[in-house]
Amino acid sequence: MRYWRKPLDIDQITIPHGDVVIIEDRCKGCGFCVEYCPKDVLVMSTRFNVKGYHPPEVVKAGECVNCNLCEMICPDFAIFSVATPPVGEAPAERKEAAN
Amino acid sequence: MKTDPAGVLTGVHYLDGDFACGEGAMAAGCRFVAGYPITPSTEVVERISARFPMIGGTFIQMEDELASMAAVVGASWTGTKSMTVTSGPGFSLMMENIGLAAMMETPCVVVNVQRGGPSTGLPTMVGQGDMMQARWGSHGDYELIAMSPQSPQEAFNLTIDAFNLSETYRVPVMFMMDECVGHMTEKVVIPPADEIEVVPRRLTDKKPADFLPYRLDGAIVPEFARAGDGYRFHTTGLTHDERGYPVMSVECQEWNVHHLMDKIRLNAEQIVRVEEEQVEGAEVVVIAYGITARVTRTAIDMARRDGLKVGFLRLIVVWPFPERRIRELAGRVKAFVVPEINYGQISLEVERCAAGRAATRHVPHGGGGVHDPSSIYNAIVGAVK
Amino acid sequence: MSAVTSRSEIPVPEHPIAPFLRMDRIPHIWCPTCGIGTVVKCFATALEGSALDLDKVAIVSGIGCTGRVAGYMKLDAFHTTHGRAIPFATGLKLGRPELQVTVFSGDGDLSGIGGNHFIHAARRNIDLMVVLVNNFIYAMTGGQNAPTTPLTARSSTMPYGNFEYPFNLPRLAATCGATYVARWTCLHIRRLTKSFSEALHRKGFRFIEVITPCATLYSRLNRLGTGLDLMRFYHDHAEIRHGADLRDLEIAFQDRIVCGKFLDEERPTFSEMKDAHYGKVLGDRYRPMPPEGGWIHA
Repeated sequence: MRYWRKPLDIDQITIPHGDVVIIEDRCKGCGFCVEYCPKDVLVMSTRFNVKGYHPPEVVKAGECVNCNLCEMICPDFAIFSVATPPVGEAPAERKEAAN
Repeated sequence: MKTDPAGVLTGVHYLDGDFACGEGAMAAGCRFVAGYPITPSTEVVERISARFPMIGGTFIQMEDELASMAAVVGASWTGTKSMTVTSGPGFSLMMENIGLAAMMETPCVVVNVQRGGPSTGLPTMVGQGDMMQARWGSHGDYELIAMSPQSPQEAFNLTIDAFNLSETYRVPVMFMMDECVGHMTEKVVIPPADEIEVVPRRLTDKKPADFLPYRLDGAIVPEFARAGDGYRFHTTGLTHDERGYPVMSVECQEWNVHHLMDKIRLNAEQIVRVEEEQVEGAEVVVIAYGITARVTRTAIDMARRDGLKVGFLRLIVVWPFPERRIRELAGRVKAFVVPEINYGQISLEVERCAAGRAATRHVPHGGGGVHDPSSIYNAIVGAVK
Repeated sequence: MSAVTSRSEIPVPEHPIAPFLRMDRIPHIWCPTCGIGTVVKCFATALEGSALDLDKVAIVSGIGCTGRVAGYMKLDAFHTTHGRAIPFATGLKLGRPELQVTVFSGDGDLSGIGGNHFIHAARRNIDLMVVLVNNFIYAMTGGQNAPTTPLTARSSTMPYGNFEYPFNLPRLAATCGATYVARWTCLHIRRLTKSFSEALHRKGFRFIEVITPCATLYSRLNRLGTGLDLMRFYHDHAEIRHGADLRDLEIAFQDRIVCGKFLDEERPTFSEMKDAHYGKVLGDRYRPMPPEGGWIHA
């Protein structure tokens, strides 16, 4: 990010980072997440999921800021983001869903 | 178990049938009533609205009968015993949610103080024309229970029984009064609270994770879970499985509907209730219910004075119909005489069960008044020939 | 920093909303690009962040696409008859006053067949939260005209275009006596969630209208594209005007949609009025229904 002057607390501010988790086979290809991701992290893939829809895929890995917009806007509960653990720490525990 | 004494107005009273019915409900532990005014039933809720605030009950006059029945079903799902009160036109409106109560297996009582029909009919005058509607009113296949009192005292006693039956079989019970019994004032004895037995809601003791709202486990009806107790159950008017989830398949429909029918049909002998008098050895048996039963007694006395062997069978529980008994009697009597204040409704059931082995003479009356006993007497005499 | 995509062979990580859903019934039946799922997610997020005991939250739905919401939420859930969700919910609330009851149903169900119940529950200020998902049509049954269908819009029973005036629902709710009235589209996920959160902590008749796309019926019959095209339309034509004059909230066909919170006030609820009045008139003789419900059993 470019600043016209350095903020006084620049060493305390961190930009969040997130990992996008896509539950592909639940996706119905509506395109809301792709359309409204503020960082344009997602595109519609050309793959088909098991139902014949094109799920989204992450193209700008690293740009996700864990805003959770995709998670909120997805009508099929097929996508969410989790905070990326800071460098050096183990990845957060992810529980397996009974699906 | 014994009832809550707060609702029991012990003593000897001079009450009309409507008031007695309201007292019966309160004595039975009913604490939620939603209703809409309709003659001749309104006195029931007027009584209840006056007494409920003192006994911890909630009465709400809803905007129409559809809402009343919906609210009764909703309140029943909190475990609170619930009731609504109406007459013919309102009964028709309630049918949708009576079906919902039947499908969701919700205990509740619907009081219909019958008046002349069809449609607006005779608002202040007696009829008995809703008897078939009580059984078949809502669409689809289901079974329920209907009762008919013949006096204010019975209106009190049988309302308590109606609540008990609704809890035992998890079914809406139609309490089919008529305007005459509803508006007639007689002595009503209300016993002390510890003499009144009520059937409590059969709550589950399973943990939420193990609970399925429509699992039978060999019982007549499933165990109940109250909304708000943490069971997070789902129930629906759609055809559903044990989990209460909608399933659209032939198998599920069969399972679901069979259960709704079987729980009454297979237990009919425990539910059926009649009062018989000199039926053994009779040539003719008169079958009647409600106010007509009282008129019938005069006609029977007239016939017996002529030396005729006349038996009397009074229906207290009208649905399920006492099929087995009627079939049994059909082989032994010449005829059944069925007076009703309608053009033949329960008489059709009698005729069906008699299956031609005995004649069935119905004695119709369009409504607006009770039979002249001589019309019943003439039918008896004609039947004996 | 990676992305995890799950295909059927790989175990599926749990979606954050899973504790609020009946996961054994997911995937749900709503169409691709339907917005109802988004509204459910916002509602569940609001519940998660609320102070409410979820065992005491009950959800009641009617019939229709939105009426299926009760079937997917892991609360005490009731899928009732068409239009009767509000009186059913009234019975639940009055039968066990400590319950927090939410009605979640569609525009046809709540303002059409359920219209009478809607206005009376608002009049009485029954303590209910009513979420009305408005897709301008009777979708489940194949796209018939609804009381909210805008003038000139096509539907299966108005094949030449609608000539009936539609409802202005926030105005109707407020006029009848609702104490919290808001409208959002399902695109406004954050503001909608905030509205839900606010309303969950209020008392009285709370009404939130959520405009959502219906791709399969409304959009298709009117050639408006997919649900995504409708979301883009909401993006360009929704105007947020808190406290707007209720008369300005009409929705014409493919025209601006005024969103915001229009009313947020306190008024004694039906139960509070009842308790106050009986307390005053009957004094010590008054015995209110206990919060856990009427006398139940041994």
